[in-house]
Parts: sequence; structure tokens; C-alpha cells
Amino acid sequence: MSVVLEIRNLHVSVDEKEILKGVDLTVREGEVHALMGRNGSGKSTLAYAVMGHPSYEVTEGEILFNGENVLEMEADERSRAGLFLAFQYPTAIPGVTVANFLRAALNARRKAVDPQDKGISIPEFRKLLMAKMNFLKVDPSFAGRYLNEGFSGGEKKRAEILQMAVLDPRIAILDETDSGLDIDALRVVAEGINSLIGPKLGVLVITHYEQFLNYIKPEFVHVMFQGRIVEEGGFDLAEKIQEQGYDWVAEKYAALEGK
Amino acid sequence: MTVRTRNKTNAPLLTRQDVEALSAAKNEPSWLTEARLAAWDLYTMTPMPTLQIEEWRRSDYTTIRWESASPIQHGSSAGKEAIPPETLAPLIGEAQGGLIAAVDGRIVHNELDESIRKQGVIFTDLDTAVREHGELVRRNLMTKAVKPDEGKFASLHAALWTHGIFVYVPRNKVVELPLHSVFYNTRSGMSLGHVVIVLEEGAQLTLLQEYLSAEGQDHMSYVGMTELVVGANANLRYVALQDWARNVYDFRHERARVAQDGQLDWIIGTMGAHFTKQFAEIEIDGSGAWARMSGLFFADADQFMDHDTQQNHNAPHTTSDLLFKGALKDSARTVWQGMIKAMPGAQKTNGFQANRNLLLSRDSRADSIPGLEILTDDLRCTHAATVSRLEDEPVFYLESRGLPKSESERLLVLGFFDPIMQRIPFAEVRDRLGAHIEQKLAHVAELA
Repeated sequence: MSVVLEIRNLHVSVDEKEILKGVDLTVREGEVHALMGRNGSGKSTLAYAVMGHPSYEVTEGEILFNGENVLEMEADERSRAGLFLAFQYPTAIPGVTVANFLRAALNARRKAVDPQDKGISIPEFRKLLMAKMNFLKVDPSFAGRYLNEGFSGGEKKRAEILQMAVLDPRIAILDETDSGLDIDALRVVAEGINSLIGPKLGVLVITHYEQFLNYIKPEFVHVMFQGRIVEEGGFDLAEKIQEQGYDWVAEKYAALEGK
Repeated sequence: MTVRTRNKTNAPLLTRQDVEALSAAKNEPSWLTEARLAAWDLYTMTPMPTLQIEEWRRSDYTTIRWESASPIQHGSSAGKEAIPPETLAPLIGEAQGGLIAAVDGRIVHNELDESIRKQGVIFTDLDTAVREHGELVRRNLMTKAVKPDEGKFASLHAALWTHGIFVYVPRNKVVELPLHSVFYNTRSGMSLGHVVIVLEEGAQLTLLQEYLSAEGQDHMSYVGMTELVVGANANLRYVALQDWARNVYDFRHERARVAQDGQLDWIIGTMGAHFTKQFAEIEIDGSGAWARMSGLFFADADQFMDHDTQQNHNAPHTTSDLLFKGALKDSARTVWQGMIKAMPGAQKTNGFQANRNLLLSRDSRADSIPGLEILTDDLRCTHAATVSRLEDEPVFYLESRGLPKSESERLLVLGFFDPIMQRIPFAEVRDRLGAHIEQKLAHVAELA
């Protein structure tokens, strides 16, 4: 049975203000979805709410992961269950190297399965990390740098994808992983993502640019407007937005404005 | 209701006879006995510091019970085996240039690699140095770096120091292997340890000094002094780690002098004791000299730690760089007060100081008091002081990768200390210190 993330009638508020007004979305392992929409339409809110950020309050609806109620899980439990969020603005973690952080994250997974687990051995971990870095064409010096501290935009995004590769999630949400990247960095990051996409990984790519989608080629495209998903389709929907922009969406759903 | 008996005068219960008896027991030369007695006179003329004195304003040591913290510790039956073996382990792989260990003020181990001895390096306990290198000791003991008249505890130390190490590296000699000294205590009473390190021109040395003690109920006092004399173009890396048991009150005066083009890398770690008051000062005497002071402290339970630092630029074209990082939990309190002074004529000076404090509990409190005193122009000085808590965003970021909250916080605190940890050049010492930080953190989790 394939792993599935189901979002049903999700309402989310931030500081008492309702941002998501009933979102339904289902992502299965092996599928590639794109969530598009203008700035402020609620895409990132959906990502944070799924991951369990404490500032995002779910007021109605449900999120199920493999049939389990995600809303009852802490963020770390969601991660260990197989959910992953690539942040739009990854936080700098001063004093913690990429390698030490990833080892701690892997060990937390092992400990959750077996509290007696002594953790991955350093040689075994080094081998794993080197393999993943090679695979994603990440410079080995990355491992010894403090996580995201002083990283360029492209390095931060690559570090997110490296984390995804090491943690091996079932469903990943990539929140504007394309933003702030020049064309070369964009290609490198997209190739990294493409190399991870497969039958064991479902992806929800959040973007408001189409360029990125030309690399990723999603099979399912969802358009968000005013906290709701208003249009759904295949890759042709992304192409339509590429040609026509979002004005037609705003016109068509003008009735939802402010509701 | 418990009634705590306190010494009315709140001063150590010591007399001139204690000085005479100690000097006689050590069979010291008359110059030293006289120096001790002169210091004793100074001591009796100096009042005990009170909260009315600026540099003691936040440092209330009056909870100390001098009945148990006064008797001079000058040897006991405890030997080297009392010291935790991991403390005595070699600093780099199997190698260690030399090891001196003192237990209860008595030297129990004194060893220096033959190849280093052949370089003319002296690394021995202070009593032996007085006997074998009297003139050299006399020229350097409390004459250059710290003087007996600097305060009540400095004169007390000068009168009654119980043990110490004397390190001397001749001109242009480079000591490749690190030296290691451990002051350990098993009993209450007063212990007065002394560190003197003298590097002649062009000499190089790395030394680790550790302070530890066995758990105990009765109060113990440590009244210490450290003197670091770095010659022209010499290079000293000095790491001092304090991990006394919680019955200890630590009073220390420490100063380094750095001559022209000399380099000093001084690392201070404070983890233990109930009460710590440490004066640590750098005098940059020669142009081109560079001095860095790094501090790491972690106070928990009802610990109090006060680090009082000075960076005095006495010559032009000098650099000093200070960074103290501290974490606090439970109802711990810490103070850091630092001063950069640029004396007249000290142009082209670079002076930096920063103190970063991380509060891990509601009831902890960190005071951070930077200061600049600039008596010249054309220089660059910066200072920064912050007191903050763990931020939500980094914690969430780590949690979103599967790390439980407590584990996320552990990683962030270790990360907070990491830049200072990386300046400690001994992997095993770093591991020991890291484990200790984790122990203190784990205790938070139990309470929460």
C-alpha cells in the first residue's frame, strides 16, 4: 500500500486571522504535485501547517498521513513518520555543522524505533553522507560548515535537498525551493530533486514561477487563491499560467475575495 | 527552621602563625618567608571586599562558612589515584610533554619528557623550583604579572600559597608537546594554588591547567593566582578549565603580559564551584602583540560565576580579542564585566570584546557589563553584550527534521559553545567538556 498525505477541509489561522479557508489535497508516494499561486495566497501556510509549526493554528479540518492523524503529532514525530518540508528560508544553526546535525537527525530516527539504539557509527555515517553528497554534486566541504550560516541562497537550498536525501522521507513539501536562485543554481537544485523523485517519494512543489516546473514536470497542478485551491489539472494548467499569468484566476474567483 | 552559624567578621580564620608555620614546613629560603610575611601585613591592612566596592558589587561571597573553608590545605594522605583517571589521560593521542598533579596542595606527580628537559625547559612544582631555580623564581614570582597588593585575596594568596607550578621556556625553544597540570582537592579547607609561566623571547608553549575536586559538604575555598609572561615574539596557548565541586568558593587573580610581537591564546572554561570570582587581565606591552581571550561558562542550580576581564593596550599596533560565551539554567547567576583600556600612545590598536549569554530558564540571570576607556586616538575598538534565550525558529527547524524538542535544544546549546570549543586544541578535553555540558543540559530535561 502506498503512503498518502490527505488534507481535508483544512482551515488555518495565524494570529487569529484565517489564512486557509478549507483546503483539500491528496499526495501519494511516487506522485509529483505542484501548488501554484500568487504571493499571499496561502501556499506557505499550508506547508507550515502540515509540518506543525506552532504559530499556525488549525481551526478546522484534518491532515492524515497514512491514515494517522497528523494534527496530534509534534513536528518531530511528523518528520520521523516520513514527512519533510524544505524551507523557503532555512534557519541558520550557528555552531552545528551539517554533518553533526544530520547525524543527530538520523540518530533521533533510530532512537524513536529502538530507545536502546546507540546511534549510527561515525564511519558508517560518513560513508552515507559522502554518497549522498556525491549523488547531489555537493562539495564535501559542506559537511564541516555550520548549517545555513553564511550560506548563499543556492547553498541553503542545496542543503535542504541534501537533508531530504539523507532523511529519505515518503512525502516532501518543497516550499519555493526555486526562489532566489539564478538559472544555474536552479538547474542544479532541480536536478537534485529529480534524482530523488521515484516510486518511494511523493513531492508537493510550491512555487509561483513556472520555470522550475519545466524541470520538475509535475503530473498534478493545483492553483491556490485566497486560501483555497480553486483550479486543478495536469501540466497543461501550469503551462496556461505560464502564458496567461494569474489574472484570469483572480477574475474567475473574484467572488471569493475577502470571504 | 535551620540556623546557619556565620562568622561574624566574615573573613578567613587565619593568623600570622599560619604563614610562619607554612613557610617553615616548606623549609623556604628567607627571601620567600619575608615576602610571605610582608604580604600578610598587607592582607591584615586591607579590608574584606564588600558589595560597596564596584568590582564586587554583584559578587556576594558572604554565604561562605570560613570555619571549614579556612584551614590551610597543605597535603593529605590522598594520592594521585584520587584524581579521576580521564583527567590524567594524555592530551594528544598517547603523547603528553609533561604532567604535574597536586592533591590537597601536595604534589603527587611531577613528570617532564626528557627531550623537553634537554631543551632547558623548566616544568616543575613551585616548591621544587624555589629550591632548584631560586633566583629565577624570585625574579618572576608576583613581581611582573600579579602583585600581592592587588586586593584582599591577592595578598592572602601571596602570604599563604600552598602549591603551584613553575614553567620556564628559554629563548627560541619550541615545546612541541603540550604540558598538563591538575590541581585536585579531596577535602574542605583553603587551597592556594599558583601558576607561573614564563616564555622567553621566541619561545612557544601550550599548557592545560585543570582545577577539580571531590564532592563534599563542608565549604572549601580556593584562593589562586596565575601569572603568564609572554616574551617578545613568543607564543603561549594557555587553557584553564575549572570544574570544582559545588562546595567550593573560587577567588582568583590572573594576569598575562605580552611583549612585542608576542602572541597569547588564553582559553578559560568555568563549569564548577558554587561561587567563582575571577579577575583575568591581559597587559599588551609591546607593539605588534596579539592576545585573544576566550571564555566558556555554564552555570546551573544555584551557581554564581563572575568573570572580570581587562584588556590593557599599553603599546601601539596591538590587538586584543575577547569572546566570553555563557549559558545559564535553573536559578544560576553570572556576571561578566570587561574593560578595554587603550593607554596614551597606543595608536593603531584593535580591541574587541563580546559577551554572549544564553538563558535556559526563567529564574537565571546574566549581567553583562562591557566597558571602554580610550586615552588615545586612531584606534578601533568594538564591544558587544547580549543576553538572550533560545529562539523558536531554530528549534522548530530542527524539530522538523525529527529531533525531539529537548534534543534540538541540546544541539543548539552545544552549537552556541562550539566556536570556543574549537579553540581548545585537545580533542579528548573537548569531548570531556562537551559531555559535561550535556550532563548539565540533561538535568534541565529532568526538571522540566
